[in-house]
Amino acid sequence: MNSAAARGIEAGSVDSQLADLAAASLAKEAGAQGAGGIGFEGVTVAYKGSIVLADFTLAVRPGEVLALIGPSGSGKTTALRAVAGFVRPVAGRVSVGGRDVTDLPPHARGIGMVVQNYALFPHMRVAENVAFGLRARHAPETEVRAQVESCLAMVGMAAFGRRYPRELSGGQQQRVAIARALAIRPDVLLLDEPLSALDAQIRHAMIEELARLHRSLPALTVLYVTHDQSEALTLADRIGILRDGRLRALGPSRELYRRPPNRFAAEFLGGANLLPVVIETPDAGNGFSEVRFGTTRLRALRPEGAAAGETRLLCIRPHNLTFVPGDPAANTVLARVHEVRWKGELHDLTLEAEGRTLRLASVPLRAPPEPGAVVSAYFAPDEATLLADEGDG
Amino acid sequence: MLVWSKRGRAGAWLVFGILAGVVYGLPAAVILCASLARSWNGVLPSGLTLGHYAQAVSGSSGAALEASLITGVVASALAVLNGTAAALALRRMEGMPRRVLDAVFFLPSAMPSVSIGLGLLVAFSRPPILLNGTIAIVFAAHFVLISAFTFGAITAGLARLSPDYEQVAASLGARPIYRLRRVTLPLVLPYLIAAFSLSFALSMGELGATVMVYPPGWVTMPVQIFGLSDRGDVFHAAALTILLAASTLAALASVSLVPARSAAR
Repeated sequence: MNSAAARGIEAGSVDSQLADLAAASLAKEAGAQGAGGIGFEGVTVAYKGSIVLADFTLAVRPGEVLALIGPSGSGKTTALRAVAGFVRPVAGRVSVGGRDVTDLPPHARGIGMVVQNYALFPHMRVAENVAFGLRARHAPETEVRAQVESCLAMVGMAAFGRRYPRELSGGQQQRVAIARALAIRPDVLLLDEPLSALDAQIRHAMIEELARLHRSLPALTVLYVTHDQSEALTLADRIGILRDGRLRALGPSRELYRRPPNRFAAEFLGGANLLPVVIETPDAGNGFSEVRFGTTRLRALRPEGAAAGETRLLCIRPHNLTFVPGDPAANTVLARVHEVRWKGELHDLTLEAEGRTLRLASVPLRAPPEPGAVVSAYFAPDEATLLADEGDG
Repeated sequence: MLVWSKRGRAGAWLVFGILAGVVYGLPAAVILCASLARSWNGVLPSGLTLGHYAQAVSGSSGAALEASLITGVVASALAVLNGTAAALALRRMEGMPRRVLDAVFFLPSAMPSVSIGLGLLVAFSRPPILLNGTIAIVFAAHFVLISAFTFGAITAGLARLSPDYEQVAASLGARPIYRLRRVTLPLVLPYLIAAFSLSFALSMGELGATVMVYPPGWVTMPVQIFGLSDRGDVFHAAALTILLAASTLAALASVSLVPARSAAR
């Protein structure tokens, strides 16, 4: 498999060290899933001749929450639907709990699934919705009742069993959909953009709710598809980033955010500042390299295999940039303020330095600089990574 | 709202009222008046009577009403069954085969009913399938004529059904038949009811094919009305027409009372 995984990662990255790390991680996991894990091995899915998921290899560990993110049409929902059995790969294998399910019909896979619009059966009451899977499996009625009560209680909907879905709010419907998926006691739960139909406030509450739910069901493996990076960062143990049907980056959420392996991951996850720099001193001590951005010398984490004179992209998150009062100090970029936007909980500033645009996100400032002012923006060297300059990533 | 001013709206309603009155109201009023008229020699009928109605519900006219109701229910039920099966089968089909089969199912709606009656007579007047002279050929004629509309209504209902419902049901372990019975059919029930109602209304008014194929002893209301009009008994024919319309509306009203909770999505 793992050449395939490596191909998937490397396709979006010239940063071969990080790609190798990801591939090595995949190699360790592939075929080593215990009960409840999910495995994709070289899965390719095509619709009417066009490939929407290409040679996709990924192992989701038992009990892990793995988020697949990516822009529209990146193949993330297709990957989830391949696990559920709603699309049939033209190549590759899909396994759940170590069992090859590629050729099994959806009803034989034993997977819980929650979709974007919840798809609660409108002609059934809440309790009947939750009982549906158990009754479809001919579970004894006493067990059905007990399990329905327990699952509704778990999502805080015990008092709503007699209601019809149309009598519930979006958030309540979402809870019922989760209870319905969990009622069949699946090892694997597939969540397809489950929060996208909710407004921002309820979405925040539901993210907390999902996190709490997973803490109470630690053995449950969750494959979470979303286009919302904040959901992914909050909930997922690991994140996979897809683009054009290929896995472009994979790693623990925090690691992927702090040390994106390639330009696409840096831009898609967190909207990083990417500045073209030239490596002056590959090994400047303490694990840093010294680079030149225009006429400014800066320090950043040393990438493996860096050579003097090489062009790289300096990746700095907007919130890792801070103003430094007074004269420019080390690791500061002299920039002109272009735009200042107040967003309530933060100030969002657009700066221009050496002809490049930088974003700086700060806690609300008492006296924000005026547009046109020249400021010094500092970043810690260990918060900056150097990525391969690979075009549009 | 296309017309904003009060005066404009009043004008629009007036035009609509006149058109509807002339096109729908006037013929219906004439038939109603004729059904109650003892005689009609001037502008308005002279003398009122319920005698035509008493005549209509007895004897051959009563039997015609029964024949129409039975034919309508049987043909509509068969059309709904067939239309549901066909719509479900074609649902996942794409491309040319789908277009060809769609055209086949819609073909009867583009053919004159008399031609369909003639076709059935020619096809089923000799062995191995001999239906000529039986009630079955009337059912067959009505079934062929209404099946296109039934198929269309059910296909439209299935097209509006989000695949998420069935996919989630499948992920929960529901096998295809269980899914069909517990999810798909209940969710399209409003469309099945609409399809049945439309078929029933069409069948109750069907004349062209029926007049070609009906056997003795199975005269439907439209055939009876046509016969009476042809013989000049227009008052009796008018009373039968009113009864036909009333019984069709009553049947449709009772069908609409079937609970369809899925409609309230």
